[in-house]
Amino acid sequence: MSEPHRADIRPGRLAPQTYAAHFADHVAPLTEAQALLEANRCLYCFDAPCMQACPTRIDVPSFIRRIAEGNARGAAESILESNPLGGSCARDCPTEVLCEQVCVRHTQQGQPVAIGRLQRFAVDALMASAAPQIFTRAPASGRRVAVVGAGPAGLACAHALARAGHDVALFDAKPKAGGLNEYGVAAYKVAGGFAQREVEWLLAIGGITLHSGWRLASAAQLEALRREYDAVFLGVGLASTQQLGVPGEALEGVLDAVQFIGTLRQAEDLGTLPVGRRVLVIGGGMTAIDAGVQSKLLGAESVTIVYRRGPQHMRASRHEQELALTQGVGILHWLAPVEVLGEGGSARAVRFARQRLEGERLAPGGEEIVLETDMILKAIGQRLDGRVLAECGLALRDGRIAADEAGRTSIANVWAGGDCIAGGQDLTVEAVAHGLRAARAIDRQLRGRRSRPEQ
Amino acid sequence: MARLDIDFCGIRSPNPFWLASAPPTDKAYNVERAFEAGWGGVVWKTLAEAGPPVVNVNGPRYGALLAVDRSLIGFNNIELITDRELETNLAEIAAVKRRWPDRAVLVSVMVPCREESWKAILPRVEDTGCDGLELNFGCPHGMSERGMGSAVGQVPEYIQMVTAWCKRYTRLPVIVKLTPNVTDIRFPARAAKAGGADAVSLINTVNSIMGVDPDTLRMSPEVGGKGTHGGYCGPAVRPIALHMVTEIARDPETAGLPISGIGGIGSWRDALEFIALGAGSVQVCTAAMVFGFKIVQEMVSGLAAYLDAKGLASVEALRGRALPSVTEWRYLDLNRVSKAVIHQDLCIQCGRCHIACEDTAHQAITAQRDGRRHFEVKEEECVGCNLCVNVCPVPGCITLRELAPGEIDRRTGQAVSGTALDWTQHPNNPLRSGA
Ligand SMILES: Cc1cc2nc3c(=O)[nH]c(=O)nc-3n(C[C@H](O)[C@H](O)[C@H](O)COP(=O)(O)OP(=O)(O)OC[C@H]3O[C@@H](n4cnc5c(N)ncnc54)[C@H](O)[C@@H]3O)c2cc1C
Ligand SMILES: Cc1cc2nc3c(=O)[nH]c(=O)nc-3n(C[C@H](O)[C@H](O)[C@H](O)COP(=O)(O)O)c2cc1C
Ligand code: SF4
Ligand code: SF4
Ligand code: SF4
Repeated sequence: MSEPHRADIRPGRLAPQTYAAHFADHVAPLTEAQALLEANRCLYCFDAPCMQACPTRIDVPSFIRRIAEGNARGAAESILESNPLGGSCARDCPTEVLCEQVCVRHTQQGQPVAIGRLQRFAVDALMASAAPQIFTRAPASGRRVAVVGAGPAGLACAHALARAGHDVALFDAKPKAGGLNEYGVAAYKVAGGFAQREVEWLLAIGGITLHSGWRLASAAQLEALRREYDAVFLGVGLASTQQLGVPGEALEGVLDAVQFIGTLRQAEDLGTLPVGRRVLVIGGGMTAIDAGVQSKLLGAESVTIVYRRGPQHMRASRHEQELALTQGVGILHWLAPVEVLGEGGSARAVRFARQRLEGERLAPGGEEIVLETDMILKAIGQRLDGRVLAECGLALRDGRIAADEAGRTSIANVWAGGDCIAGGQDLTVEAVAHGLRAARAIDRQLRGRRSRPEQ
Repeated sequence: MARLDIDFCGIRSPNPFWLASAPPTDKAYNVERAFEAGWGGVVWKTLAEAGPPVVNVNGPRYGALLAVDRSLIGFNNIELITDRELETNLAEIAAVKRRWPDRAVLVSVMVPCREESWKAILPRVEDTGCDGLELNFGCPHGMSERGMGSAVGQVPEYIQMVTAWCKRYTRLPVIVKLTPNVTDIRFPARAAKAGGADAVSLINTVNSIMGVDPDTLRMSPEVGGKGTHGGYCGPAVRPIALHMVTEIARDPETAGLPISGIGGIGSWRDALEFIALGAGSVQVCTAAMVFGFKIVQEMVSGLAAYLDAKGLASVEALRGRALPSVTEWRYLDLNRVSKAVIHQDLCIQCGRCHIACEDTAHQAITAQRDGRRHFEVKEEECVGCNLCVNVCPVPGCITLRELAPGEIDRRTGQAVSGTALDWTQHPNNPLRSGA
């Protein structure tokens, strides 16, 4: 008999001083000299394609030209006017599939203008300045709006409503606002506590009261909000994770990737965070990449992402896949988990079945392989915890809240946006766009009512 | 192999590239290095009368207009003429010329507008063994306040008078260096010729103020809180210089007068343009101050390769070749019709051509076709103005196509005429010949 299996999961795999370097900005901020040079590559396109590709329609040529003219503050004003979370979008956005993909300099020179990095340059400059607040609130409307969820969608909505003169009560189940910007997005994208700095900046506009640790858990709560407030916006994101649905999933060492990242994002000292010697990440999206890369950065010896389809089907962009590969994370394709194998209550390996496509459908091809591991991170998608919402009487579609073009739900005076509504791409910038469009619609509706004769 | 050597009003030089009278030719140390690098000639930094030398500011004497990549577009200075002793300069000139007999060594001179002053200095200059004299009638700052430099160059009568004195007191070829700070360059050139000048050189620097510091709200550069206009040179002044050289070359009164072309020359292409418009030698200052003396090697290589490729045997064979293409507006053929053509395979769809034409020209470029981004010239609106060609970021993406005689101009609905029609003959011209 060989030695009994003991999963090697432990903290402190790296020298203490290494962590800070590993989790610093992966994309370095531009220096002023670099920003000027890069800004001058922009052609100030007519009806700029990059702007059309931005879900919040940031006027890219305008803000870049302002940088080029030495007016970073004006650039930030232009950005934040369209997108008050322009600072985190500059960091989060997969620009390679958004604005930068369609930049004409990409067509011409194979190298787009670094729109995201320039955006960060401008917003950071403003936030570091002596007078970072650029917006003032419209005269008080006397209207009150409840916003549930303080992620990008809720924050954007709350900020726009506050600007328009309404009073906003912002509720979130977690101790800190920011949503996945605070608890989910890779640490090296939003290094330096940016998520909280941005929340502070957003709340500083005034008129927003943050209620942390408040969870919407019953239909009665929503009813109460509807009674007490003139409108309600739901931006609750996707709070639960899909299950693998295979034997052995409950073994020790099988973790939810988003939770793993959340713990990492909140860790005071990354050296205290346990990570496996060998890590398997199951999934093919941004979360899988982030979980894989961050495990590696924590000192895991080998990290492999295992995905059931081919590279072209991965939700993670090519750029993100390359990031994982350059960080030394392996990616295996066409393998679906069949069983988590354990010993003494903890996972020690995963058995995968090789897949092939039969038409559009995946089917096991007969061959199976077993990959040994110490830790398994599940990253096969988030889903809405729709039970309470369904009880509230909200119509759902594809497991998420059904909302129209303006974010209106099936219940009067209840709007929704961000990851929790159907039909989106689950991106920070899109959540912001949803929050803003709902704020515009709510504002229109509230103003309409105010102008009624009885007022 | 084409010959690069020249004979410029009797001054021989192994190539047409000379360093203009300026800091690069300030002293023997620089000039020695320049000759080692391959310059064909130098015009020594302008000498002044014997006596206490002029004094320069001990602060910024240069300013620049930079492109976004910090490449230099224009350059400005408030430096005066040489601030070294006359004796020192003369001794160095003599020594350098002895060591480099095959190179052209010219000496620039600026003394007060009195006959005795010129009479006194010229023999001493001649004694150095130098090849020629250049009269600095161009310096537009400092010296002009003392009645020299451009103060002389702006008054044709003074130019003629001083040139005549010089011809009287020296046997050296006399080149008159002209200031561009005049309304019509032909008058000073004619005056120089009337005074007996062997050649003219141009341009000296253009009056200029580089800017204002937005923090201090003072002009820049400044010395102790105040600045003054300086002389502008470098690539930005080249088109102005080319025009002035061309004017003199085309003027029947000065035709044949040798011209040394100066102003913004930094490459063989720039030199080619001056020579093709009539210059027999070219002078360089700014480009050397930016890149050092070695650039002459790139200029020599480029010009030689060009002449060979064109089958031109010498610099002289190139000289003036573009002059017949220059005329007055009234002689341009108003019957010719061009249309812009966008080469779709090169277009990157930035839309600059569209917005330029839409807002400021003739609304002749589409922005969409079938609901999709698409830029195409509407021939029925295009007047062939060339604006889109100039704003397109992709070389060769937009070109102008000249319609063939007989082809219908879709803007006017008329067939293009095969015969030329200029303004002097045009029916809309009430003063047309024969009207
Ligand atoms: C690991 C990971 C990495 C990602 N990386 C990127 C990236 O790099 N770039 C990018 O563009 N996108 C990324 N995304 C997606 C992006 O984070 C989301 O699209 C975006 O955060 C959605 O914003 P939201 O406001 O809709 O939801 P969330 O950010 O999820 O915010 C929802 C908020 O609602 C609160 N909440 C939830 N339920 C309740 C309740 N019942 N009561 C009260 N409050 C509640 C939550 O606490 C949370 O604060 C990533 C997602 C994950 C999971
Ligand atoms: C710093 C500086 C000093 C100059 N000094 C003189 C001078 O003493 N005498 C003179 O004739 N021209 C002088 N010039 C003018 C140059 O000789 C030349 O005519 C002018 O710079 C245009 O050429 P460029 O564009 O190649 O610089 C000076 C130019 C500069 C930049
Ligand atoms: S597409 Fe590129 S070049 Fe054009 S405006 Fe946008 S960033 Fe600038
Ligand atoms: S040539 Fe002039 S008129 Fe014609 S398309 Fe270009 S800009 Fe417009
Ligand atoms: S300016 Fe040139 S590249 Fe840009 S759209 Fe017009 S033709 Fe195309």
